[in-house]
Amino acid sequence: MKKLILFLGVALMALTATAQDKNKKLNFEVNGKCGMCKARIEKACLNVKGVKYASWDIPTHELSLIIDERKTNSMEIKSAIAAVGHDSKELKATEEAYAKIHPCCKYREDNTDDSKHHD
Amino acid sequence: MKNTYWLFAILLQILNLGHAQDKVEGMIMEGNAAGKHLALPGANVYWLNSPIGTITNEEGLFAIPYTGEYDKLVVSYIGFKTDTLTITEPIMVHHTLQPSNQLDEVVVEQKRDAVQKAFLSSENIVTINSAELLKAACCNLSESFETNPAIDVNFNDALTGTKQIEMLGLTSPYILITQENIPMVRGASQTFGLTFTPGTWVESIQITKGAGSVVNGYESISGQINTELVKPFTDHKLFVNGYANQNGRYEVNTHLNAKVAEKWSTGLYVHGNKRSQKEDNNEDGFLDAPLAEQLNVFNRWQYQDAAKGWVGFLGARFLVDDKQVGQVNFNPETDKFTTNAWGSEINTKRYDLSGKMGYVFPDMPFQSMGLQIAYSKHEQDSYYGFNQYDISHASLYSNLVFNSILGDTRNTFKTGITFAYDQYDELVNTVDFNRVDRSVGAFFEYAYTNLEKLSLTAGVRVDSHNRLGTFFTPRLHVRYTPWENASLRGSFGIGRRAANIFAENQRLFASNRQLLLNSSTGPIYGFEPEKATNFGLSFLQGFTWEGRKGNVGLDFYRTQFNNQVVVDWENPSQVIFSNLEGDSYANSFQVELNYEVLPRLDFRTAYKFYSVKTNYQNGLLQKPLTAKNRYFLNIGYTTNPKENGAQWRMDYTLHTVGQQRLPSTVVFEQNYQLGDASPSYALMNAQVTKVFSNAFEVYLGGENLTNFTQDNPVLGANDPFGPNFDTSIVYAPIMGRMFYAGFRYKLN
Repeated sequence: MKKLILFLGVALMALTATAQDKNKKLNFEVNGKCGMCKARIEKACLNVKGVKYASWDIPTHELSLIIDERKTNSMEIKSAIAAVGHDSKELKATEEAYAKIHPCCKYREDNTDDSKHHD
Repeated sequence: MKNTYWLFAILLQILNLGHAQDKVEGMIMEGNAAGKHLALPGANVYWLNSPIGTITNEEGLFAIPYTGEYDKLVVSYIGFKTDTLTITEPIMVHHTLQPSNQLDEVVVEQKRDAVQKAFLSSENIVTINSAELLKAACCNLSESFETNPAIDVNFNDALTGTKQIEMLGLTSPYILITQENIPMVRGASQTFGLTFTPGTWVESIQITKGAGSVVNGYESISGQINTELVKPFTDHKLFVNGYANQNGRYEVNTHLNAKVAEKWSTGLYVHGNKRSQKEDNNEDGFLDAPLAEQLNVFNRWQYQDAAKGWVGFLGARFLVDDKQVGQVNFNPETDKFTTNAWGSEINTKRYDLSGKMGYVFPDMPFQSMGLQIAYSKHEQDSYYGFNQYDISHASLYSNLVFNSILGDTRNTFKTGITFAYDQYDELVNTVDFNRVDRSVGAFFEYAYTNLEKLSLTAGVRVDSHNRLGTFFTPRLHVRYTPWENASLRGSFGIGRRAANIFAENQRLFASNRQLLLNSSTGPIYGFEPEKATNFGLSFLQGFTWEGRKGNVGLDFYRTQFNNQVVVDWENPSQVIFSNLEGDSYANSFQVELNYEVLPRLDFRTAYKFYSVKTNYQNGLLQKPLTAKNRYFLNIGYTTNPKENGAQWRMDYTLHTVGQQRLPSTVVFEQNYQLGDASPSYALMNAQVTKVFSNAFEVYLGGENLTNFTQDNPVLGANDPFGPNFDTSIVYAPIMGRMFYAGFRYKLN
């Protein structure tokens, strides 16, 4: 009987594990404008434990992520992105964090694709 | 059951009352028709215009810091209407979200690009793309490096016109030459292999200076050259190229590509070249360039299913290449193996079959697998005067690679296994040499990048080879960015190989030299396997001046041989092969400047210094025919392309080659002596291309515009069966100034 409970327990854990995807894809918009922004955004994402893959596209501002849902969630990643000075739809960087980004990356004034002019 | 969550939430509220001042806590529920309390896990809860946010847990509960700075709390979830609550004190919130059909954050089944993102690499890699390849209009892979300072092009011998490439002061056997990452120019094809890949088949070339990656084996010592060929899915539907030069060399290339099914494409690439005109401009009685014919047919199939992540290639190639060299009046039918006239024929047949398969895991773009299998059979029948040399080489190579990450994409690895089988059957005059080499190996390569300043690649492989033994091959590459637009690189690695002494040095058969194998009990022709350590440092600084980009690069590399099969031809009547005793090394230093001087006028210049020394019988000497100093200049100009692609492209290249030490010729009669060193000289090439439209262009060019030639490339030419005959001491072109023209027609 004990073994059965243990078995059920393990089976249940396995079920919850599948409900929480180890390789879940997420896409959302993050503001920025150039290659430096790209490196900063991707690095901030990858510094969040559970983020396996991060790729931010300059022209579309779209961030593609693959995350381990058991370890993190989108808000945690958006907080990390806000902390390095980049806005997402939900979370906005503080003025202090925004002030720290490189002058060429100041996307709040003009967020057009700037990657042709510099890296 | 769901009600217990509700109770639990209340309980939590009571428990948390004591320290709730700094937080807003609560529960988010999903509104439903039945009015049930259903928790909503995974809902976004955040302060408007703030960096603070969280997500509800599996019970729908959340806790978010409250600072007083923000008072609008937004609650959102996919498929529900977003609500904004005004909150002015740290209270408990219970909120129900109403369903909507609005979608904002979406989990996407993403399509992947067939090409993976390239990170700032830790290896010192130069890529020659197709535009660059067009600067050298003729004709095959051996001639594709003239406009790039990373590779030096030398002359192999006075007869075949074959060019020999060098990297970091070492000749091609020490460079791993791969075709789409399958080792290609090796074994029997070492001398002529580069001439077996027509230039138009080449899509791009990647040159890695220094140790290189462990993924492609243990053989690379001074670097790797990888060639990517054109692919049926991306190449032109129809491509035709014709070329002719004033010395009677004609080349034709045709590509035909067709999509045969949704996921299948095929390409048929046919190359033919011919020279039937006898050229002897220096009037030494010897052909300046071979009478030659080549037919090269390649059929390639590509399978691509981007949605599922599969890509595959199948290829079959057949080559037949015949050359005749020697005295102008030599007729093979009547004069072969006689003293009527000195001549040589080199006839090659080669079959290649290859298959590649790659799979990228659809939900994990960072994880992939690749399998390559290649089979080739190379048969060369040749004679040089009275010296007969036949070689047959069958080779099977397979490599399985798995790529993935450790944690996240800043830490990646490649691991896999390699299997190689080579069967050699050689006839050197009357002596048979048969050999089978088998090896199996496993590798692991780890790569780290912090996305900004630092990246490194560290690899190790262990191989078990029936002649080289069981051994480890470590390789390390590091890149550091000390400041903006700069890159400092270091590399270290060990390489090993079995020297195919005859195939690599077959030019020495075209001389009166006696071959001496000063061998012992080693496993390869009685010699020990070659082993060398390579390390280097390089620095690259990019800049923008007057609005145009440029860069300056410096690099230093050293290759130190632990063992080498030394080819000593210091004595003009002999060639002595022996295991290295003492020192052997190659130091190379290069400084390079690239800058767009005026809009669309590119300027590229480099100075190179080589100290390549080996302990010969007469002591430590600079390797013969290796210039210590070389200077390179390339200027390219293109006009602004019109809408239909019409433009002019112009290109000029200068190579200055410093003095080269010559092997001793003192025992020869006075008029056959060459002195200690060659004169230094300059070579100039130029080309103009007129592009009429995206479909059609013509080009016209000249090689060796200063008309510099070596006076006496064939020593003892008037008595080729006498003691002074030698065609191996070649330090300069044999062909003088030469003009060529050609066209390219493309249809998409």
